Amino acid sequence: MTVLETRDLTHVYGAGTPFERIALNHISLKIQQGEILGIVGHTGSGKSTLIQHFNGLLKPTSGEILLEGKPIWDAKGKCSRDVRFRVGLVFQYPEYQLFEETIAKDIAFGPTNMGLSKAEIDTRVQEAMAFTGLPQELAAQSPFALSGGQKRRVAIAGVIAMRPQVLILDEPTAGLDPAGRDELFAEIKTYHDKTGATVVFVTHSMEDAARMADRILVMNEAKAMLLGTPRQVFSHAEEIIATGLDIPEITKVILELNRRGIPLERSIFTVEDAVRAIRQYKNGGASC
Amino acid sequence: MLRDITIGQFFPGNSFVHRVDPRVKLVLVIAMIIALFFAGGVVSYLLIATYELIVIWVSRIHFKMVVRGLKPILFIIIFTAILNLFYTPGDVLWAWHFLHITKQGIFTAIQMVARIMLLIIGTSMLTYTTSPIDLTDALERLLSPLKRLRVPVHELAMIMSIALRFIPTLIEETEKIISAQRARGADFESGNIIQRARAMVPILVPLFISAFRRADELATAMECRLYHGGEGRTRLKQLHICWIDYLAIFISALIFGTVIVLGRLGW
Repeated sequence: MTVLETRDLTHVYGAGTPFERIALNHISLKIQQGEILGIVGHTGSGKSTLIQHFNGLLKPTSGEILLEGKPIWDAKGKCSRDVRFRVGLVFQYPEYQLFEETIAKDIAFGPTNMGLSKAEIDTRVQEAMAFTGLPQELAAQSPFALSGGQKRRVAIAGVIAMRPQVLILDEPTAGLDPAGRDELFAEIKTYHDKTGATVVFVTHSMEDAARMADRILVMNEAKAMLLGTPRQVFSHAEEIIATGLDIPEITKVILELNRRGIPLERSIFTVEDAVRAIRQYKNGGASC
Repeated sequence: MLRDITIGQFFPGNSFVHRVDPRVKLVLVIAMIIALFFAGGVVSYLLIATYELIVIWVSRIHFKMVVRGLKPILFIIIFTAILNLFYTPGDVLWAWHFLHITKQGIFTAIQMVARIMLLIIGTSMLTYTTSPIDLTDALERLLSPLKRLRVPVHELAMIMSIALRFIPTLIEETEKIISAQRARGADFESGNIIQRARAMVPILVPLFISAFRRADELATAMECRLYHGGEGRTRLKQLHICWIDYLAIFISALIFGTVIVLGRLGW
């Protein structure tokens, strides 16, 4: 089932001024309920602009966005606040948006805006803290005393506490060390598996996208260049490299082996698959 | 939106006006303001208007941008016009209850509006064509005689350039924080004044924190590069007066001189 859909979505910044720039150029795509979608692209390829359309923060210059088949902008050009609660958006470096005296209060900001009861808010705060691996003892502490990684968890918990149907994260792991990155991705995955929510995340790293996502969207120069499963996307490895984006290291190895006359399947993107394929080839079996 | 603020904005370019020494431009703007206040009649105002139009034309700044710069002061212009129109004593042309319009009133109103508009356009041409860094550099050089009186000219100029430098950064930051809080359902548009003021807290707290963080980081970065104030500091960009500047001074002096003379004659 399609949860979010864009039709011919176009966004132009600063229309009519000397600084005019097309950020999104006729993007049409469908996001399935319950999938994990990774959006990859260069800085300025339109990734962040695209996701800010999903919850109605930005208004399209032309085109439509549909949430469960209904346009999020009504005929009067208004976007209901409800969309923000159903499509939760975590910005890049979200730790800089914290403002409350205690962690619990900060996480409760979203649910409070939803007008929920006190008891319901408390449950949701606890639940969100558990999902993001924040110990409950921290609830009454100031968020400003935390480490960078933990502040980010508080900010993400603040969006998760709204129990959005679609969770969108803009470069959630930027600036984290590899261990922190793995932990955070594992937490997002747990959230996805337990709640069945759709997860969309933006990243620079093909490696992360390949590991986490069910499908990958490659954005280039305001256009949706490729959309498909990692296998489908990485079978276009040369096109991806031509735009200057990186592909997973193991796919590079396979490409190089191909060039040296070893015919392995080119869409391999995990080390395990590569090992299997190489073994098979060495044992004389035809490659898949 | 916040981005629409154009006062103090700089449009990079390489025109004749852009290349005039910032010190010269600063002094010429002050001279223009003085001349503007000497202007007394239609001819002198037209002369200054022509001067500004030429500057705009030569600088290749879009006329639309110049007009947009007037928008924030539209209220002041209208307010001044109305006050002068109704409250200037003289020959009554039209009256209704306590309101009366006089011949002198109409003249003063037009004069004041022209004065304010020319003032704003003239000064904004300075900031449109001069980068903030050049401008503070110029200010520091022009005020440097005050150093003898122990006025911390360099420090003041540095504070000014840092403040100017961070305006766009902070605007961007503010917009990002606003978006992030709106994504969590924050509502800035409805409610009474108190509710709206309270709604600003989620924006102001993160903004202040990040401003302090930036200040701290900037201070460290400056110290790492051995910044220790203005003493003995040399410049990457030396300012030199050249023929362009003499030409600009000559043309401007001619026009301003004429305006002052005409103004004294009441033209």
